[in-house]
Amino acid sequence: MRRKLYLSLASLVVASLALSGCGGVKDDTAGKDKQVFNMIDTSEPPQLNSAKTTDASSNVILNNTMEGLYRLDKNNQPIPAISKDVKVSDDKKTYTFTLRDAKWSDGKPVTAKDFEFAWKTALDPKTKAEYSYVLYPIKGAKAYNSKKGKADAVGVKAVDDKTLEVKLQDPIPYFLDLTAFTVYKPIREDIYKKYGKAYATEPDKMVYNGPFVLSKWQHQKSYDYKKNESYWDKKSVKLKGIHADIVKDQGTANNLYNTGKTDFAQLGDEFVDKYKGKPDVMPFREASTFYLQFNTKDKFFKNVKIRKAISMAVDRNILTDKIQKNGSKPAGALVPPVIQVNGDKSFRSLTKEYVKYDKAGAKKLLKEGMKEEGIKKIPSIEMLGYDTSGAKKDQEYLKEQLNTVLGIDVDLRPMPFDQKLDLENAGKFQISYAGWGADYNDPMTFLDLWVTGNPMNRGDWSNEKFDKLIEKSKANPDFKKRTEDLKKAEAVMMEDAAIAPLMYRTRLYLKRTNVKGFATHPFGSDFTFKWITMEDK
Amino acid sequence: MGRFALQRFMYMVITLWVIITLTFFLMHTMPGSPLQHEDKLPPELKEEILKEYGLDKPLPVQYVTFLGKLAQADLGSSFKYDGRSVTDLIMQGFPASLQLGIQATIIGVIFGIILGCVSALRRGTWVDNVANVFSILGYSVPNFVLATLLSYYVGVKLQWLPPAKWDGPEYSILPTLSLAVLVMATIARYIRTEMLEVLGQDYMKTAKAKGLSARTAIIKHALRNALIPAVTVLGPLIIGLITGSLVVEQIFAIPGMGWMFVDSIQVNDYTVIMGITIFYSALIIVGMFLVDVLYGIIDPRIRIGGVQE
Repeated sequence: MRRKLYLSLASLVVASLALSGCGGVKDDTAGKDKQVFNMIDTSEPPQLNSAKTTDASSNVILNNTMEGLYRLDKNNQPIPAISKDVKVSDDKKTYTFTLRDAKWSDGKPVTAKDFEFAWKTALDPKTKAEYSYVLYPIKGAKAYNSKKGKADAVGVKAVDDKTLEVKLQDPIPYFLDLTAFTVYKPIREDIYKKYGKAYATEPDKMVYNGPFVLSKWQHQKSYDYKKNESYWDKKSVKLKGIHADIVKDQGTANNLYNTGKTDFAQLGDEFVDKYKGKPDVMPFREASTFYLQFNTKDKFFKNVKIRKAISMAVDRNILTDKIQKNGSKPAGALVPPVIQVNGDKSFRSLTKEYVKYDKAGAKKLLKEGMKEEGIKKIPSIEMLGYDTSGAKKDQEYLKEQLNTVLGIDVDLRPMPFDQKLDLENAGKFQISYAGWGADYNDPMTFLDLWVTGNPMNRGDWSNEKFDKLIEKSKANPDFKKRTEDLKKAEAVMMEDAAIAPLMYRTRLYLKRTNVKGFATHPFGSDFTFKWITMEDK
Repeated sequence: MGRFALQRFMYMVITLWVIITLTFFLMHTMPGSPLQHEDKLPPELKEEILKEYGLDKPLPVQYVTFLGKLAQADLGSSFKYDGRSVTDLIMQGFPASLQLGIQATIIGVIFGIILGCVSALRRGTWVDNVANVFSILGYSVPNFVLATLLSYYVGVKLQWLPPAKWDGPEYSILPTLSLAVLVMATIARYIRTEMLEVLGQDYMKTAKAKGLSARTAIIKHALRNALIPAVTVLGPLIIGLITGSLVVEQIFAIPGMGWMFVDSIQVNDYTVIMGITIFYSALIIVGMFLVDVLYGIIDPRIRIGGVQE
């Protein structure tokens, strides 16, 4: 996920003020109605058309106003939603969903056709949907999306109003997870066609089948949810409504939380110390890993020992505990702990962390590596990085550390996201501070990036054994064997130091302690509000 | 006057065209594309999407297409806020920025004139010194610092006024103050300097000699002449204010235009960048034209363009 941090000088001023002197957290959100949740969103939702949306704000709204075949529960397991039952064929390539009796907010029934229409719309090249590739596990989806196949050949079919048949390209263990993803939500064809380009640009230009409906939307300022009385599971929804203020500045959000104007806000990096140990702080474990990407075509970094030396020279605990201080965890491998495999176990818990901080070892490896490459003098290297204040602090530490431990002179080049991406894609870098967030709940969302020839394999790392393991796992119906192969693949990658993992990122939120049942998800959409109840304070 | 207006109008159109052209080509030199998450997009899909948007064509072709649409008053629709026209977006953000800008200008100008006059008339006294310190501070303290301090002390600590948001008149007080101080300081400094000069002019003695009261002489003769330089700076100052102040809008969470402009640049939302640039430039150009006209009203000795009916 591309999440830019906008930190103005102003928020620094606020931070220093907030740190210097501040009383306790004031709390007077006593609204007119108790079962109303007040929250702060960090941006105006740009796109509420579920076929096209990609950003965090819109994804949260759609997750709470729309219902897909499945929905993620509090433990991030897919639970039946519009689908009440599913039959999976023996080869695990055909899914037959049986739909329950559910209604749209205008009273019309939710049918299998609404799903077929939505998915094919997202895949239609004319829609220009950026997340269409999340539908690629479906047979014929990629071909249609890239103008090489027909819509009729896409493996999704409304057999009747209540039966949806989906044919997959390959057997995958995470397809039910995917059906909870935004681009898999249903769309009503008549409404979509009625409004055309204006579809979902206003709350009354769309219909809803989820726990809430969007009742009011003052662009760039605020929006409101109301409980959806047509929702099939409305008895589980205790909230009457949600009010979201759009506040882009974290210092401002912090001020509003402190004056009791909201129940929920993101906690900016600068305010972390102030709230340390307070029960209001809610960690949000992201499915994202930050790492150093080596350009393995570089004359220095083509050597595995040199890459390993760099990786071993970094004390990740300093990064997480002294610099970020937001609950991020030191990373010794690629796949973050929140990623599960076969739907229940953390992939991380099945394997191990590979990289350890070892100053002496790093020095030794660097010497050996340089000897192998015939390099006499330790070269100075260039490191690409992000220009956000949070990332800059990490990069400064890395520069300092590599110099102290290995004597390498690092030239930091922080730059805007797009510019960095252009350089990486062109292979014009030596080493880059980078991050990757999961698209779905499976280690594959991280691992297949490093397959030879993948355009997102920006360091051009290549390993035959790794490629074979990934290739096999992409179509292996034996999910147990698949997990083993993925473990091996990650081990190969770590052994060959394709990257130097740094940390599994966490971000922090402020949430009043009387807000119960708030669910967060590390992939897809960040939050589910369906189960929230506001208790007495 | 008619010929003058027409001539000026042509200049305005040409200026605008130059701005549009420069912005268009400069904008396209920025790295990246309007797509939202390029790091994950499979390249072949990216190509298809860019093709659908017509962004794969050579720049000159895109430029001509853009001008053609512009001639039909079509600014296109946003890439980021898909389905929403640029005109709608501007009209969503402009009211708040406009209101804030006007309030800040009115308060700033009124207090600026008072401060400037008082300090000129009481030159060298403690009143003058206090006023000077005040205007230097107002001029040099950036508005984001002031906004932050106001929001924190008045909004959070004292809780007299809301620290942020845009829900009614009381919400506009702190942001207005944050913006007004600079206007006030600027105007006060100009007025003071000019007043001092004007007060020493012969016609002021004449006014006094012909028996005008001090008050009339100051308001009718001194202030009127002292206003001219202030009006010059006021034009761009007002336009700058009503088109939105990024930091003040950010700190007070105001749904204005300032943020929208910066955001559109960060995400390469080409159509929005162009739309706001055109809107902003047109306002400035018109504003400058109005300032020229105002000169004539304040000081009839200035003949606009030297053409008389």
